[in-house]
Amino acid sequence: MNLNRYKEALFKPLIDENPITLQILGICSALAVTNNLTVTLVMCVALTSVCAFSNLFISLIRNHIPSSIRIIVQMTIIASLVIVVDELLKAYDYETSKKLSVFVGLIITNCIVMGRAEAFAMKEKPLLSFFDGLGNGLGYSVILIGVATIRELFGAGTLMGYEILPLVSNGGWYMANNLLLLPPSSFIIIGLFIWAIRSYKPSQVEEDDFALSKHQTSEDLTKRELNV
Amino acid sequence: MFEHYLNIFITTVFIENIALSVFLGMCTFLAISKKIDAAIGLGIAVIVVCLITVPLNNLIFNYVLRDGALAWAGLPDTNLEFVELISYIGVIAAAVQILEMFLDKYVPALYNALGVFLPLITVNCAILGASLFMVEKDLMFGESVVYGLGAGFGWAMAIVILAGIREKLKYSDIPEGLKGLGATFIIVGLMSFGFMSFGGISL
Repeated sequence: MNLNRYKEALFKPLIDENPITLQILGICSALAVTNNLTVTLVMCVALTSVCAFSNLFISLIRNHIPSSIRIIVQMTIIASLVIVVDELLKAYDYETSKKLSVFVGLIITNCIVMGRAEAFAMKEKPLLSFFDGLGNGLGYSVILIGVATIRELFGAGTLMGYEILPLVSNGGWYMANNLLLLPPSSFIIIGLFIWAIRSYKPSQVEEDDFALSKHQTSEDLTKRELNV
Repeated sequence: MFEHYLNIFITTVFIENIALSVFLGMCTFLAISKKIDAAIGLGIAVIVVCLITVPLNNLIFNYVLRDGALAWAGLPDTNLEFVELISYIGVIAAAVQILEMFLDKYVPALYNALGVFLPLITVNCAILGASLFMVEKDLMFGESVVYGLGAGFGWAMAIVILAGIREKLKYSDIPEGLKGLGATFIIVGLMSFGFMSFGGISL
């Protein structure tokens, strides 16, 4: 039992190896379900549980899966888990399930789940894989909840349906920014999140394809002209 | 009749663009849009797979899974809708596998060009999403063919446009933390705002 490895598996994906901002995994649902914090929380719980349990189950049978059909086997396990989540949601919270529409089903092809199964659960022990799945699910949730909070608070003045900033239309002082409720705004918010994270952790900054030549200031130019 | 199909096609490509309006297939969209050549290859693969799997899933939904659809087999009370997801993903995985073998044997040039993109497509949510939206819209078989083509074409068009912008972008001076992924996100956001302007059009 090496506790440090468990801790690492759980906490590293939160910022250092965040699935959305660094690994570019699982972005679709991050954009479409974030205009309302309640819906986002349900989605986060669904994805985190699917990711953790699929990692656990795939890791349990990892030594028995022939590598040529592993994708299909992984898919079957993930799809079964998603069906369970989908049916549970339909049974206990039909309203939210309607709002999420196809996005619960799309957890199957959410690359976080698939990517972690392939990259981690196929190699590591079950419990460790479970924590890795949990950690990656939480990393996804952190970004989603951040985006959803910004969008709902400044877009509609509410959080989880409760009024925080009283709107002008209800006799308050806050003029809602409807732009934030439109789906494309979540791209821009995530883009800014990435900027913030990479300013904090410069090691994540991507290499340039082409280096820019050094900028020549006018002072240099005048000097050169004088030399001539 | 033709007009109706054309309407579906235009709606899917521009108004409900699968990448820029419903945000599906984003992971590959952002990850493999650095070069136009690769983007075109991936785009073609998505068009082909969408065109095959959406009508196939439509048949499966209408003749096997739907409530009462098994009446032709003498089972009018069966409702198999709960295995919807797993059968669609099965169909997609199988279709991709068969397409890969077919291309390998008969069209090796295209096979080499598509390379690693084909197996990747199984987990592209644009494909599964197209099938799920097809069910939500309750399309007939003929309509589903057009819808599949439109969904694939819309996605391919979006990724080629993005790749074009990113190829130009690599010469520009972007703040450190925003380089690469960050800037791409913001560009896609702006493109998506652009595509929203098609939103008010009703055909």
